Amino acid sequence: MVKINGEEKQLDGRNLLEYLKEAGFEPERVVVERNLEIIPQQQLGSVIIQDEDVIEVLRFVGGG
Amino acid sequence: MTELQKQMQELISKEELDRAFDARFPKEMQVKLRGAKVAIAGLGGLGSNIAVMLARSGIGKLLLVDFDVVDVTNLNRQMYFVSQLGKPKAEALPEVLYRINPYLVCESRCEKVTPENVRELFADYPIVCEAFDRPDQKAMLVRELLMQCPETTVISGNGMAGYGDANEIRTRQKMKRLYVCGDLSTDVGGGIGLMAPRVAVCAAHEANKAVQLIMEQ
Repeated sequence: MVKINGEEKQLDGRNLLEYLKEAGFEPERVVVERNLEIIPQQQLGSVIIQDEDVIEVLRFVGGG
Repeated sequence: MTELQKQMQELISKEELDRAFDARFPKEMQVKLRGAKVAIAGLGGLGSNIAVMLARSGIGKLLLVDFDVVDVTNLNRQMYFVSQLGKPKAEALPEVLYRINPYLVCESRCEKVTPENVRELFADYPIVCEAFDRPDQKAMLVRELLMQCPETTVISGNGMAGYGDANEIRTRQKMKRLYVCGDLSTDVGGGIGLMAPRVAVCAAHEANKAVQLIMEQ
């Protein structure tokens, strides 16, 4: 199982970019942390989600 | 030193200002705040209000970064005046801050923040307040700061549009070195604009977290 934003999911095998798109996130508007490490934007498509990963996806909205 | 800063210093001495620091707080607190430095990225509704609050709180040094100029559409929520229209925000904001504290050390950079200059601009700052407008730019800055500036704690503004319940705006620790202030959801893209009260509430959350972090250091 994988934990994403505190929720357990069965997702291993997919890459982060695939997950973000499926879940409805716009990849350029999020910061992704995997096992306490920030994932560089260019690597989202190459990082494969592994069993027991703990992932935080922080989505930003406009305004400031 | 700018001419305006000199003029303001003639009106009040550093000692007078120091003496006026709230006597209900211990002296060590004033010393900590005077010795602190904070960077603010984006000088719009969030950034200009954060800067004013930190200047009033007695923070010693501020770095102000923005590439934009003061526009008439900014006046509904940003800390600028009609007399400053057309002026780069990085120039206009120090004029406001020196009127509050002419002994503030204020470094301004009129430039666009990119992944390439994040380290050079912010790595020396233990606290950076993210105060951009566009969501992709917010995400870029937070991501790059966390990756490139290992000594920096980031305070970010996320969700403060409209005039909904101000109590929805909160400060949350989202990662080890990241605090996020806002309601996390109201988006200017969602057909609502930005108004002074909620933007100022969010700015106050960011400024307050900066003061807290300084006092805890």
